[in-house]
Amino acid sequence: MNYIPHTKDDVGKMLETIGVSSIDSLFSDIPQALRPKSFNIPQGRSELEVTERLRRLSLKNAAHLINFVGAGFYDHFIPAAVDAIVNRPEFYTAYTPYQPECSQGWLQAIYEYQTVICELTGLDAANASLYDGGTAIYEAAMMAVRLTKRNKIIMDSGVNLIYRTMLYTYTSNLSVEFVEIPVVHGQSSREELFKHLDDKTAAVILQNPNFFGAVDDYTDIVERVHKHGALAVASVYPVSLGMLRSPGETGFDIAVGEGQSLGIPLSFGGPYLGFMAAKKELVRQMPGRIVGATVDKDGKRGFVLTLQTREQHIRREKATSNICSNEALCALRAAVFVSLLGTEGLKELAQRNFEKAEFAKCELSKIPGVEVKRSSPTFNEFTVLLPGHADEAVYSMIDKGFACGFPLGRFYKGMDRYLLVAVTEKRTREDIRGLVDSLEAVL
Amino acid sequence: MKLIFEKGRHGRRGYVQAKSDVPEAKPLDKRYRRHKDPCLAFVSELDVVRHYSELSRLNYSVDTNFYPLGSCTMKYNPKFTERIASLDGFAQVHPLLPQISGGGMLAQGSLEVLYDTEKLLAEITGMSAFTMQPLAGAHGELTGVMLVAAYHKASGSRRKYVIVPDSSHGTNPASAAIAGYDVIVIRTAADGYMDLEEYKRRMDGNVAAVMLTCPDTLGLFNPRIKEIADIAHKAGALMYYDGANLNAMLGKCRPGDIGFDVVHINLHKTFATPHGGGGPGAGPVGVSGKLADFLPIPRVIRRTDGTFALDYHRHKSIGYIAPFYGNFGVVLKAYAYMLLLGREGLIGAAETAVLNANYCLARLKGHYELPYGRTCMHECVFSASRQAKNGVHAIDIAKYLIDRGYHPPTIYFPLIVKEALMIEPTETESKETLDGFLDTMVEIARLAEKDPASVTQAPLHMPVKRLDETKAAREPNLRWQP
Amino acid sequence: MKIPKDLFYTKDHEWARLEGKKAYIGITDYAQAALGDITFAGLPKKGDMLKQAEAIATVESVKAASDVYAPFSGKVTAINEDLAAHPEFINRSPYDEGYFFIMEISDESEKAKLMDAAAYEQYMEGISK
Repeated sequence: MNYIPHTKDDVGKMLETIGVSSIDSLFSDIPQALRPKSFNIPQGRSELEVTERLRRLSLKNAAHLINFVGAGFYDHFIPAAVDAIVNRPEFYTAYTPYQPECSQGWLQAIYEYQTVICELTGLDAANASLYDGGTAIYEAAMMAVRLTKRNKIIMDSGVNLIYRTMLYTYTSNLSVEFVEIPVVHGQSSREELFKHLDDKTAAVILQNPNFFGAVDDYTDIVERVHKHGALAVASVYPVSLGMLRSPGETGFDIAVGEGQSLGIPLSFGGPYLGFMAAKKELVRQMPGRIVGATVDKDGKRGFVLTLQTREQHIRREKATSNICSNEALCALRAAVFVSLLGTEGLKELAQRNFEKAEFAKCELSKIPGVEVKRSSPTFNEFTVLLPGHADEAVYSMIDKGFACGFPLGRFYKGMDRYLLVAVTEKRTREDIRGLVDSLEAVL
Repeated sequence: MKLIFEKGRHGRRGYVQAKSDVPEAKPLDKRYRRHKDPCLAFVSELDVVRHYSELSRLNYSVDTNFYPLGSCTMKYNPKFTERIASLDGFAQVHPLLPQISGGGMLAQGSLEVLYDTEKLLAEITGMSAFTMQPLAGAHGELTGVMLVAAYHKASGSRRKYVIVPDSSHGTNPASAAIAGYDVIVIRTAADGYMDLEEYKRRMDGNVAAVMLTCPDTLGLFNPRIKEIADIAHKAGALMYYDGANLNAMLGKCRPGDIGFDVVHINLHKTFATPHGGGGPGAGPVGVSGKLADFLPIPRVIRRTDGTFALDYHRHKSIGYIAPFYGNFGVVLKAYAYMLLLGREGLIGAAETAVLNANYCLARLKGHYELPYGRTCMHECVFSASRQAKNGVHAIDIAKYLIDRGYHPPTIYFPLIVKEALMIEPTETESKETLDGFLDTMVEIARLAEKDPASVTQAPLHMPVKRLDETKAAREPNLRWQP
Repeated sequence: MKIPKDLFYTKDHEWARLEGKKAYIGITDYAQAALGDITFAGLPKKGDMLKQAEAIATVESVKAASDVYAPFSGKVTAINEDLAAHPEFINRSPYDEGYFFIMEISDESEKAKLMDAAAYEQYMEGISK
């Protein structure tokens, strides 16, 4: 079975119409010398066999652990209606809505998604998605470089290390200069930041909550950034926006982030969702697809891909980005997820995450020798100082059925005893009690 | 149709959280909290389900309509791969698990999928090593061009240019440019292939790479492709293979055997993962041996004891290009597809894709202008220039096809063909489906002669008529306002 | 296709109307027609220093984008603010309401590199062949 419908008779008739005697002759433009030297691919198998093989492989993954690992990627509950909707083949087997008249469903869904992202971030315009939170930061940085015609980027080291590393890779052959600002007592060092901020700065990139879970009020920084004619870029965690000050309220020019927390499974790292929103005067430098509302010949509302002259298929080497395929289906997940929750539901979700994390902080701090860092307020993730090596504690906890957090020593020198713990709405009081008891036992 | 924000009633909810089982917490200080609530929908679960179900029915999709969108390989997406990707053992795994101590053992299943897929793709393309990390085709291009840059840098060679033909996808010059290169565009000669003389003239020690699609965007396999590769290599430039059209090549020709140094593959094209309304896709990148050390980290390796692990210790690597290991869910579906098809199935896919495209070409060549070529590979490119003389343009043909239940071919691409109609039927479509579409195309050609107005008014039977794109661009309305 | 007599033209279809040291700059009737309904003009800023033949502005329709090149070197003294809300002026009135900006030219001898109406007309005949 290989999904090919032709009978022998069909093939015969088609070859006759084409006027050749064999399928092989259709490949005659490929010189014999260029035919494959080898093609050692295993024999095909049935759907049953492949399904069984992969089901067994899936059992080799530890999906059963009670998860307190976050670090930018969170274990939230996904209502079944989200899956039901994105599993409609009229959504998932379509492609980019280039032909608006037969794609109104997708176009409207993206327009609604853009609205959701604008509402969450408090900004004016959003695009139809980017690959992930890291590429979204990179796109925002390059947007700032083009808009300001400057090339210095100041980045807080509270921005997820993975994203910072990605940004360095992407810009390694470009003349972009980076300055990293240290995190002091969990928060961005104003003193250091203001020392480097000048009229050559294109953008300052901050994350809220930062990688260590700390929540900050960046109003003071954003004001200073604007005085220098630079752009302020925020990377944010969308579930936290049910509670935390939005980037727009703080005055940020561009907000980006990883949308995985909005109804997208962890799925071992992807597919995820990069989102981006900006003030409206910046929209012509935004990357990626954008949907706009318009009218048809009869004056009826309809939706189209718009401002396409920014994009690679028109402007080629002068495009704002090379992005073509994006993460539309993940954007749909986010739109459906947020619609199900609504304003109150999103606030409630944020509140639940916050209070469970606060409870966990309180309980964990009762373990002798364990110190919960409290220098900054947090949302649903926080750092814990353990008496010994965090890596070893994490390892021992696996046997107890817990992925108890992310050992920060993996990313940061000198933080071998620190554990980053995330608590989502999925963790019950019993899960948290279990985490505390087990941790106490293994330390 | 109403927007979801225009439906529902204040106070209605679509999902309710579990009651809190922890004590109330002291709220955050006001300065950290948002002042203005986001204005979102007030709808029940049924409202949401019905809203999106209605929206979904306004789309054409592979499962509902023939979708010969050239260059996009809109083949059937097997259902079983969806079920596999949603298995808890795959969907619920946190990507950082293998990065905690001894954690490689927590994700052996996923690591094996990545490792095996790399090996299969390497064999299919004739390359030495692959990375699964690029998150889409264009992301693969950028990764590939960065690998090219890293290679030249390591050999102490400073090169400034990337060559692309004028028939290339827009992503090629865009990817080269954002990676820091200037772009040299080579025109297409009268025979439909890149102008070899001009290519030779522009090739020198300043060229870092040549980016080619093969078969090219006209659906033609350039028989002199090896010569092009040899010329590049002689000048020290690398050959980049845009895998958008790999479907025609499966088991018939491998980019690695031609001499390509870097390859990207669109799993959502050749390997049947769904296009998702624009994504997610996946754009794995393969390289020849001399570039393997530069691949992004981490690499998935197989230890001598047969277990799998992540290797971060590659000092020549260009670094991280994705947060983790790529769009794993997409890679998994492509892997399942390859296992099911196997060797014969993959070859059969290429053969039938090419058969179907040539059938389309044969049946339409008397009715539409065929600017280049006599036979084609997996897609054929016609020009509606003959119809345009009567005022029926490619866009009108597209809109008429929509009215008749067909997703249109790609239009106005490649840019070098006036009034281009780029038809890629794929291997999964039956002769009856093709005949229905081709009959309609023939009918349009006839209408363009006799009654052009009947075509240019289309569509008449869709939820909207032709939309005012000029208004959309002049007065951008990009979000609903409360 | 209109080609007013008193203007100077470039091969890229820009025009310049000289009033002493002051020059109005825009794109030609041919250029606007070739682009179709213009949706946006990306203009330089007042005070920008321009060099002859450098890309200094952009003009866009739904499916195309073009660079606009400076006919003269000099300094931008005013831009056509109306184009932000009314890009269609460029279609309707390319030589008048649809001008892009006003500049003070720094070197009148650069005229030598431009075409007068007759030369542009001849150049256009060559293109249409």
